Amino acid sequence: MHFQDATADTLNYMILGYAVILGAMALYVLSLWIRTRNARRDLTALGELESSPRA
Amino acid sequence: MEPMPRSLRILTGVTIVLLAAALYMVFIYAPREAVMGEVQRVFYFHVSAGWVGALAFLVTAVAGIVYLARGGLHWDRLAVSSVEIGVVFTLINIVSGSIWARPTWNTWWTWDYRLVTATVMELIYIAYLLLRQGIEDPDRRARFAAVFAIVGFLSVPLTFLSIRLLPTIHPVVIGSNDPSAQGTFDMTPRMLRAFMFSLLTFTFIYATLLWHRLRLEGLHQQIEQLKLRIAG
Repeated sequence: MHFQDATADTLNYMILGYAVILGAMALYVLSLWIRTRNARRDLTALGELESSPRA
Repeated sequence: MEPMPRSLRILTGVTIVLLAAALYMVFIYAPREAVMGEVQRVFYFHVSAGWVGALAFLVTAVAGIVYLARGGLHWDRLAVSSVEIGVVFTLINIVSGSIWARPTWNTWWTWDYRLVTATVMELIYIAYLLLRQGIEDPDRRARFAAVFAIVGFLSVPLTFLSIRLLPTIHPVVIGSNDPSAQGTFDMTPRMLRAFMFSLLTFTFIYATLLWHRLRLEGLHQQIEQLKLRIAG
């Protein structure tokens, strides 16, 4: 009779799982940072456009 | 734009420290599961990501109800910010679950009730984000989105209850000993502590991201107002 007495070697799946989890979170934070930076630039440019004398 | 408030800086710092501590608890403090091995550690952040998704969609539904009752576009900004975070974390939940399933169920995907309901829920909220982009008028968009968010929220309890009410191979770690589930395990006290700490950490992550995302919405609003002033 055979009994399973060894723990399965699933280290690679754990590494893949955490790479996906942390990678996706990092990507989202990066996207937030980029969008905020772009929005600030747009706001500055529009502010300058508004304050400049019209032709 | 106003500089980042001190309270947001503190919250962001606390969240980073909590995330580091949660990683320590997941990888060092919690013991290795005897049957599944290391892949069981995916469970801590897999469930926590699912929790953030459900919380985010709940906040969206509540914001939708309050918007319909009282008005105020800031409720709509809260709703869309929360949905975006919910979609990201639900996707993390689904993909990490698939990775956990591969060595445990011997497949990346199966048409199990839990997997299907979670995917449908994700698609509903992706549709929410896409449909918003098709409506120009802010008030009409907010009204439409609020109704969509309230009706769409039905998918959240359906997903939660699917593994408790329907025949499924997805394990219910808390509150069930269904013998048909595959990949279930008994949590040791250390595993339980690591799990609860992960849930707390992800709640902080949600709050921090939501605050930052709301500030971005505020910037978008300022840009829209400025554009209207320049055009007028």
